Amino acid sequence: MGLLDTKTGQGRVLVTGLDDLLNWARLSSLWPMSFGLACCAIEMMAANASHYDLDRLGVFPRPSPRQSDVMIVAGTVTFKMADRVRRLYEQMAEPRYVISMGSCSNCGGPYWEHGYHVVKGVDRIIPVDVYVPGCPPRPEALIGGILKLQEKIRQESLFTPS
Amino acid sequence: MDISSAQELIVPELTEAGRALLYIIFGVLFVGLLTFLSHVLAPYRPTPEKLMPYECGEEVMGIPGVQMNLRFYIVGLIFLIFEVEVLFLFPWATVFAEPALLRAIPAWGILALVEMVVFVGLLAVGLAYVWRRGDLSWVRPTPQVPATGAPVPAALYEAFNRQHLKPSPSPQS
Repeated sequence: MGLLDTKTGQGRVLVTGLDDLLNWARLSSLWPMSFGLACCAIEMMAANASHYDLDRLGVFPRPSPRQSDVMIVAGTVTFKMADRVRRLYEQMAEPRYVISMGSCSNCGGPYWEHGYHVVKGVDRIIPVDVYVPGCPPRPEALIGGILKLQEKIRQESLFTPS
Repeated sequence: MDISSAQELIVPELTEAGRALLYIIFGVLFVGLLTFLSHVLAPYRPTPEKLMPYECGEEVMGIPGVQMNLRFYIVGLIFLIFEVEVLFLFPWATVFAEPALLRAIPAWGILALVEMVVFVGLLAVGLAYVWRRGDLSWVRPTPQVPATGAPVPAALYEAFNRQHLKPSPSPQS
């Protein structure tokens, strides 16, 4: 189970071409978990639909965290939802990535000062790879975030597992 | 050498069962290879939180193995019988008064009616049977009425109540 995962960290098995292969496989089929929290989710749905067609990037929403690679936190993370977001992130299989979409999940957004119920940034509960600014971000911005995440995955190596 | 003879040379004789065997062998090999690759390549870091049954972010509450009352089994069985009866009645009702069928077969209406009467009658016999057996009467709890050794009989209280408490509704026996 997880042979490469356990051995490469100790430098016993040297794999260079495998890095490229794994990274290519991972960045070419980034399956997001389909859940939306607020109006950013509308933009995310628009990005998934035919106008922007995220499927051409291999992005295909999944209904279960166990099948997902990336979690797009699209919207306002309330404290009530924070438990669930955290648990869903824990239930995703490695390697897992998080895109924080919109001002609310980046930093609390308009609820920054008086939002008693809003987590001031989803990065306080789960590690975030890419932040997409906007309120809400246009679908192009989300696509930009996914491309940025793909760049990040392309730089990964088995010696520094995520 | 023409094409047909070349094909005879290359393709060995395979019966249909041999082809099926080849499919099975390659299927097992392919799935086995993929499973092996997945075991080698995939990170495997199980945590109690990851192995939780729900996939919707909710925590599990209580135990799923709740005991059901056995009497629901009988009621469910009886319900199933009559549900199937209704299920049969619907398609029957669509062809019962079909003008084309009536014109084609003179006795169609009587025939369909008699058949359905027989079918419903059989189920009615079953209903009478379970009714007679008492499966339809839900077992009610029998509360224990506490008995006291008081010298004043209960009938005296009732007579007193009837006499003096006329407007009040009669007590449930």
